[in-house]
Amino acid sequence: MGMNTRNTAGTLGSTAVETTTRSAPPYSLPDEPLVTLQPSTSWAPLDVRDLWTYRELLYFLTWRDVKVRYKQTALGVAWVVMQPLLTTLVFTIFLGRVVRVPSDDIPYPLFVYAGLLPWTFFNSAITSSSSSLVGNAHLITKIYFPRLLIPIAAIAARLLDFFISFIVLIVLMAYYGVGMTRGVLMLPVLVAIITLLALGVGMVASALNVRYRDIGVMMPLLLQLWMFASPVVYPMSAVPGKWQRLYSLNPMVGVIEGFRAALLGRGFDWTALASSTAITLALLVYAAFSFRRMETHFADIV
Amino acid sequence: MKPIIKVENLGKQYYIGSRQKSYDTLRDALVGALRAPLNRLRRGAGNGGETVWALKDVNFEVRPGEVVGIIGRNGAGKSTLLKILSRITEPTEGRAQLYGRIGSLLEVGTGFHPELSGRENVYMNGSILGMKRAEIERKFDEIVDFAEIEKFLDMPVKHYSSGMYMRLAFAVAAHLEPEILLVDEVLAVGDASFQKKCLGKMGDVARQGRTVLFVSHNLSSIVVLCSRALYMSSGHLIEDGPAAKVVESYMQMSRDVGGAPSVEWEPESAPSSEGMRLRSVRVLNERGQVSDSFGMDEPVRIEVTYCLLQPGQETNVGYHLYNSRGVLAFISADFHDTEWLEVPKEAGCYRSVCEIPGKFLNVGSYILDVALSKASGQSAEVFEREVVTFELVDEGQSEVRGRFMGEWHIGTLRPKLPWKTTRLPESEQWD
Repeated sequence: MGMNTRNTAGTLGSTAVETTTRSAPPYSLPDEPLVTLQPSTSWAPLDVRDLWTYRELLYFLTWRDVKVRYKQTALGVAWVVMQPLLTTLVFTIFLGRVVRVPSDDIPYPLFVYAGLLPWTFFNSAITSSSSSLVGNAHLITKIYFPRLLIPIAAIAARLLDFFISFIVLIVLMAYYGVGMTRGVLMLPVLVAIITLLALGVGMVASALNVRYRDIGVMMPLLLQLWMFASPVVYPMSAVPGKWQRLYSLNPMVGVIEGFRAALLGRGFDWTALASSTAITLALLVYAAFSFRRMETHFADIV
Repeated sequence: MKPIIKVENLGKQYYIGSRQKSYDTLRDALVGALRAPLNRLRRGAGNGGETVWALKDVNFEVRPGEVVGIIGRNGAGKSTLLKILSRITEPTEGRAQLYGRIGSLLEVGTGFHPELSGRENVYMNGSILGMKRAEIERKFDEIVDFAEIEKFLDMPVKHYSSGMYMRLAFAVAAHLEPEILLVDEVLAVGDASFQKKCLGKMGDVARQGRTVLFVSHNLSSIVVLCSRALYMSSGHLIEDGPAAKVVESYMQMSRDVGGAPSVEWEPESAPSSEGMRLRSVRVLNERGQVSDSFGMDEPVRIEVTYCLLQPGQETNVGYHLYNSRGVLAFISADFHDTEWLEVPKEAGCYRSVCEIPGKFLNVGSYILDVALSKASGQSAEVFEREVVTFELVDEGQSEVRGRFMGEWHIGTLRPKLPWKTTRLPESEQWD
């Protein structure tokens, strides 16, 4: 029978993949490890190179956010425009006509839309970024990529919405016969400041939200208060002179006033803008460090 | 050759109840902040047993091109190890150095979104797994081909059958080309033919000289795919060696430590689903006694006692029988028990006995997974792995063996089958 002369170790002999005859790896090993995994020191800065490596994923995450949001909605992208337009309508009727809030001699609808446009972007960017990490828990616990991409993608998707509603503003301006001035050249800077400010707040809020779900509940309330502390439905000039300095500590004040100035051809309040920029940058640096510190635990607690 | 993965004294500590901690309210945190100095002192002093080491003092090296299986019971630290190597979570101590690009597959279809189409999900998923856009475009046709879903490519995946979904998800993963691939149990999906295809693909990956770390409960796929295996238990690496040898000692250990021919549960701790609950599983001999050792010609009775918590259910009970090399010898279920075929059962406890005939299994130890399902064809409601073990002992006298006295331990089965020999008539004889 000769059964005992067969390869006795190979119950699976015929099906086994011949792992021993493999060719050498098609690459040579680097001298230094590509990655060293060890407990991080508590205050490491963000790894910018890592973010750059994953830039394509940022594109896909943003693209997914945009696509998914308007799938199965009847009006689709129209919602992007409807939201600030309807709010403008409501504010125009109640604040413009009934309460007669001053608007620096600009037609109230135009005045309020020019304020709502940056505010809506800021508001939605913070709302979606602060819930983004928790909403993507299934990714965080299953695969590595720079966690920061998630809140950034959430904001990037809202930035696209912003550009769409911007077109409506141009239409409104044409309707009221307001021409463009050189001031519009400041718009990219202003948009950059809002984006970075939203990113700073969004980074901290999203990371905290992983541990404390209270943040998710608190955020809408906080944003509502923030809106009334910003010159969205009323002009900065309506704030009493002695309070203006304190008022300008809100970084959105300089940006929203700057927005109106850029669009409607008025003088910029450079002091307020400078303070907005400084606060934004300071917040961003703080956010970068604290996000890095908190992200090491995301997968364990989300 | 230099190692591509170098793991030194790796450890991961979890705070027990960190799950609950994540839902702490801010109020607790504020109160906690006031007490923080005190807590910090306590934490420094070891935190009084509120922590658990999911991984401790793990050391090993992997050379390029090695395919390493990781085995161990649930909670042994296998997944924690993969999570650290995949950079999902940080180690608490020690370090791991990786000399190649990592691709990790801790589940299939990470990042799949039900609203997106198959095409869109390929891009999304590929990108999350670390593929470049150009790379996805280049492999796109191949991926779709592998998944066999051309016709449904532009349909949202929420309308896919679960089989199609899994095929597409695995197809993307299978085309990942990192230098180090970390895989966790993903082969446990899809139908048998697709699983085979996936195993084949994994074999290809290995032949291309890529390094693979592979966690699985499917011991036979470990033996088939891996040249080497790591055996983990309670966070420690306890054996490292050739796959077949490590798998065998794992099976042996299961027998010695948790393995018994009889298991009974209390109602609170029994493996259960909403509608059903396992009560006991026993291995019996012909005389109805619990036994862990059987002669080659002796029948083995598998007795499963289970309770139905809701009336009016059709149920099926079954088991998977593995040998000591982790090969699935066979699966059996009471689908053909005519007395209960399509008969809904009342609530209450039932006992099913299955007899594995003598002169059928080969020598060695066996281990059983037990499954309860609602009706034939449905997936198991209760599935308990590695429940009972028993052993077949060859004392050299068996009807199957006849007068053959040599070693006969290979082959999953050693059945007695009918043989008949006749001499060919003279006209057909060779000259």
